[in-house]
Amino acid sequence: MTIYSQISANRQKTYLIFALFIALLTGFFYLIGLYYGDGNGYLVLGLVISTVTTFFSYFYSDKLVLMSVGAVPANKRDHFDLYTATENMAMAAGLPMPKVYVINDPAPNAFATGRDPKHAVVCATTGLLSMMDRGELEGVVAHEVSHIKNFDILVMTITSVLVGTISLVADWILRSLWWGGRRDSSDRDSGRNPLTLILLLLALIIAPLTATLIQLAISRKREYLADASAALLTRRPVALASALEKISGYPRPMRSANTATAHMFISNPLRKHTKGDWFAGLFSTHPPVAERIRILRSL
Amino acid sequence: MVTSYPSYTKNMSTGIVIIGAAVVVGLFLISTYNTLVVLRTRIKEALSGIDVQLKRRADLIPNLVETVKGYAKHEKEVFENVTKARSSLMSAGSLSEKAEADNMLTGALKSLFAVAEAYPELKANTNFQDLQRQLEDTEDKVSYSRQFYNSNVLELNTKVQMFPSNLVAMLFAFKEEPFFEASEEERKKVDVKF
Repeated sequence: MTIYSQISANRQKTYLIFALFIALLTGFFYLIGLYYGDGNGYLVLGLVISTVTTFFSYFYSDKLVLMSVGAVPANKRDHFDLYTATENMAMAAGLPMPKVYVINDPAPNAFATGRDPKHAVVCATTGLLSMMDRGELEGVVAHEVSHIKNFDILVMTITSVLVGTISLVADWILRSLWWGGRRDSSDRDSGRNPLTLILLLLALIIAPLTATLIQLAISRKREYLADASAALLTRRPVALASALEKISGYPRPMRSANTATAHMFISNPLRKHTKGDWFAGLFSTHPPVAERIRILRSL
Repeated sequence: MVTSYPSYTKNMSTGIVIIGAAVVVGLFLISTYNTLVVLRTRIKEALSGIDVQLKRRADLIPNLVETVKGYAKHEKEVFENVTKARSSLMSAGSLSEKAEADNMLTGALKSLFAVAEAYPELKANTNFQDLQRQLEDTEDKVSYSRQFYNSNVLELNTKVQMFPSNLVAMLFAFKEEPFFEASEEERKKVDVKF
């Protein structure tokens, strides 16, 4: 029964994120409009752009994510273990077979993306494939399949695209204000309120920060949950624990991951935090691996 | 207006309570019935999933036997056992028969691969390696599809037994389904035989 409540919770979260995104982006445009003296025009523009982006992200964010990490489709002949492990785990979970992708990167890691189990992707790095034995690989894939089954992939994928969009837009507006402001300052200063400029700048700083915090908030708890479901699928929690040990023990970060996609991976693909750093812990997209391993070993 | 008469008001509130109770019972009936139907359909699907994997497994056997025969002609008994287990799997009708035949086949294959250990040339044969890999894979798939089947059977059987969903199950003749697994004893017998 809990799986169904997880699914509906994830659907609701997705709608909430959509609403938040539309409000945030429209608010942005309204402030710009105020600054340029055409609040309503920019408001409508912002509404249209953010709504279109929302629809686009629902249907295409998985492809966008796969493209941004440079993933290529896998096949049964070349990636026998990954492919068959995915087949088996989908079978055990009672899901349709997801598409399988591979990233050419020596750092071991994996993630799942898509909008529902019928449009789902499991993606692993070549580093993962070369470092894991069969049981460990099945544990990692089972973890990803659990994300698919309870619709975590929908929330995670959409968040990564929308967060990416917000930082992009914020960055773009900031630049245009900086350069545009200088050029126009001599002749068309009338109608520009310094107060709205300050508000705008404040929003530009706060928005990406909020977006990042949302991203952090949604991704930490669900890793524990996916670990537990994976243990249930494979019946071998120890294999997943040792896979996590290997993944977190790898010293170098992934080349193709960035802050917008980091939360999707099974283990943080970016630079590793030093132990006991509470500030780093606050901004960490993943729960501490040591804790996850401890829980898995005690199952 | 009905409400202006005290006796009617009383009747009406009783009526509302009765209607409310009927609605609640009706909703419970519908939702429980639907859950049971979903589970039964999923079990049927899972069962045909197991059948697909068992058939795939059986289809790989003749090829494997031919390949091994090319190198180890004298291991007649092993080939016979594998072939026998395969044909009993193909002809198995009920779930317990299938489970038993599948376990027999697993045991027979184990001894076949044990025999293969003694033939280095066979072990180096890429065709043989590929068949071995595919057989291991179907073995995994059988066990994972069985796991999915059993977890759904568990859910259905719990619903059929537990109050109050057992009333709905009784009303619409939902029965408990058998689990797909051979007992530990049977498994041991197969292992000991070889």
